[in-house]
Amino acid sequence: MGKDAVFRVDGLRKSFGHIEVLGGVSLDLHAGEVTVLMGANGAGKSTLVKIISGVYERDGGTMSLAGHDFATQDFALKDFAPNTPAEAIRAGVVTVHQNINDGVVADLDVATNLTLDRLSGSGAPTLFNPGRVRREAKAVADRMGLTIDLKARISDLSLADRQMVAIARAMAHRPKVLILDEPTSSLSSAEADRLFALLDRLREQGVAILYISHRMSDIRRLADRIVSMRDGVISGVFDRKPLDYEGAVNAMLGRKIRLDRIVARNSAKPVLTIDGLRIAEGARPISLTLGDGEVVAITGLVGVGKTALAETLFGVRKPLSGTMALNGKPYAPGSTGEAIAAGVFLVAKDRGENGIVGDFNIQENISLPFHKRMSHLGVLKRRVERATARQQIRELGIVCRSEKDEMSALSGGNQQKVMVARWMSQAAKLFILDEPFQGVDISARRDIAAKLRASANGRATLLFVTELDEALETADRILVMSEQTIVGEHRNADIDLERLLAEVAGGPLHSAA
Amino acid sequence: MSSSWVRMAAARDHAIRYGFIVLLFGLIAYFAIAADGFVSPQSAVFIFQSVAITGVLALGVTATLVVGGFDLSIGSVATSAMMAAAYVMVVLEQNAVVAVVACLLIGAVVGLINGWLIVYMRVPDLLATLGMMFLLVGLQRIPTEGRSIATGMTMPDGSVANGTFGSAFLALGRHRFDFFIPNLIPVSVVVLLVLAVLIWFFLEYTRFGRMMYAVGSNERAAELAGAPVKAYKIWAYVISGVFASIGGILLAARLGRGDIASGNNLLLDAVAAALIGYAVLGAAKPNAFGTAVGAVFVGVLLQGLTMMNAPYYTQDFIKGVVLVVALVFTFALSGRGKR
Repeated sequence: MGKDAVFRVDGLRKSFGHIEVLGGVSLDLHAGEVTVLMGANGAGKSTLVKIISGVYERDGGTMSLAGHDFATQDFALKDFAPNTPAEAIRAGVVTVHQNINDGVVADLDVATNLTLDRLSGSGAPTLFNPGRVRREAKAVADRMGLTIDLKARISDLSLADRQMVAIARAMAHRPKVLILDEPTSSLSSAEADRLFALLDRLREQGVAILYISHRMSDIRRLADRIVSMRDGVISGVFDRKPLDYEGAVNAMLGRKIRLDRIVARNSAKPVLTIDGLRIAEGARPISLTLGDGEVVAITGLVGVGKTALAETLFGVRKPLSGTMALNGKPYAPGSTGEAIAAGVFLVAKDRGENGIVGDFNIQENISLPFHKRMSHLGVLKRRVERATARQQIRELGIVCRSEKDEMSALSGGNQQKVMVARWMSQAAKLFILDEPFQGVDISARRDIAAKLRASANGRATLLFVTELDEALETADRILVMSEQTIVGEHRNADIDLERLLAEVAGGPLHSAA
Repeated sequence: MSSSWVRMAAARDHAIRYGFIVLLFGLIAYFAIAADGFVSPQSAVFIFQSVAITGVLALGVTATLVVGGFDLSIGSVATSAMMAAAYVMVVLEQNAVVAVVACLLIGAVVGLINGWLIVYMRVPDLLATLGMMFLLVGLQRIPTEGRSIATGMTMPDGSVANGTFGSAFLALGRHRFDFFIPNLIPVSVVVLLVLAVLIWFFLEYTRFGRMMYAVGSNERAAELAGAPVKAYKIWAYVISGVFASIGGILLAARLGRGDIASGNNLLLDAVAAALIGYAVLGAAKPNAFGTAVGAVFVGVLLQGLTMMNAPYYTQDFIKGVVLVVALVFTFALSGRGKR
């Protein structure tokens, strides 16, 4: 408001094949302001970011960036057209991508990662000076308040620590424009607070920040201005205080969101019984029962053992001790194949890494685990495969031209729907979903959650989610995990949120001991 | 404006898809006009015969490419099988059936060892099979102290090997089936065609083939979909080894002796055919049909050039050019290479 734009995008267009992803996007970023970009899946947020950061070429439109010639006081907007990410960074536009591993080199140590761009830039000394690298890295880490061991290798760090290094590395450029693509999706709340504090500091220094997120709590905490995107165009700009969050969400979804209250169901018939299961050395054993028709969410911070428990149930890893029973029969899967044969299905987290077969189209991705049931004497029955895919596309509302579409042509939310469709195409006894809403916008998330609840009868459904909202929106019962075990249980009706949050933070565990 | 763009994109898609097939027919048309006698059943059969052995090897290596691996040992498996066949018949004086079975066993065992090294010992595929290649090149020379095997040769212990190649075995290399014209199609071409159809059907239409592609594209996703990934990978190397040993049997039958110096080009020619196959029909991935077309493409090119009196020493250069062009088709034009 009143401030001059330091970065301007005007009429930006981009198509992939026949699909237009950006249909003329115009956007201003102002110095010392956090602009939050919201958009549903397929709105074109990621494409926009990739064009700005020099990963993709644009088809049309212009971008311009303020000059920074302090000598001549020349701050006029100049044409900005990076051909490579390196050019964008040199010009002062730095991006922290959603995929954390894009921001760090796994085989190098923290210090080298923090100084990597300076090492690879022109004018860097030919000889590698470990002492100097460490000094420079320490300066960067101190500015950021980073407490990670600088000698540690990235591949030995947790996802959250890697994210902090990736962000710190971006900060080292002292950028004019900083773009963050869902930076808190794998951070704990304490780590996120550190990030927010740093963003506040950068805002005061006059950096223009573009922040992409689905988390309402992040948005309320940070936003000076909200820009909503829908179907490849800007559908709303909100900068009048107090910010109209509801309006921004509506502009993004193009319809009024309904806050469905869950009617929590009880289940009489147990499907899965876990008794004294220990998933890590020194962890307290887990005992729980999941009932038919019930949707149970297990929540907890990153790294408390949610994925380990999911993988134990799915036969990827073995428990240290304890027993499991499925419909009263002992269940101890030795492989994922055995788990699937027993009727236990898992939608793994991080679909790009663990789910999507990139060379396969939608139909082939959906049929992947069930080839045996779809073949005769080893020969695949393609008609059955296609019919199954078409039915799933219809039921989950996957937006695509046909079941033959490539996965890369789909937006994140639709890719995730394909992953869910894969495992919904056959009847499960126990259906596990690990972080099914990761990188999925609100409307796709609602579609998936509604589908899970509507189809819940005849199986037990178990979700692992870090976001409490997702658990509250989807589950009949919410369990809390901390330190590799279950520490709390809540029926999703009149929940004592304070107690639940304390359990997430690890409080009751210590008082119970 | 956007419709012309769409048309251009569609045209490019077509160019990528049918470019190589069109090029193949263009080549045939050109040679038909430029080289006398190029268009005849005998010439066609000769082309197939010249690529039969490399084609069989190429189909095998395609299986390892599908699971995201590579097999550099196929050439030496083939020559080892050839030497083994000669050794079994000439020195051990066994019959053709024993020789064939021994060769197939060697191929299967080498494939198992390759798979074990790669899957359980975690040796990278290129290095494991490179090591195996060296090992086999050396191993096949030990029983005869580096000499070729032929009837009447003197063994290291001074005795004379009196066995002979059985007539049934030699028929694999020399018999020709009647096909409209008497004595037209050699056994090796029939073997190539049968194996090509088999592996094509296996990869494209069976659930095992489909899962092999899944393993090659995203191993972790395949495992989480319940596939025994390790077994699939090992099987791919066994297929590759067995196909290579079949190539070795055909080579032995054609030569009628265990020639220590033959088969030098097998590995490179076979790999080239499989990689050219990526470009056929815009597949941008290993596929049996493409591999077969790739092998025939190289055969047509060399046969045509030979008939036009191009010197023999230009052959490898021409094969290299074709391979590079095919790889550009696959990776740059279709945009599949970058992720």
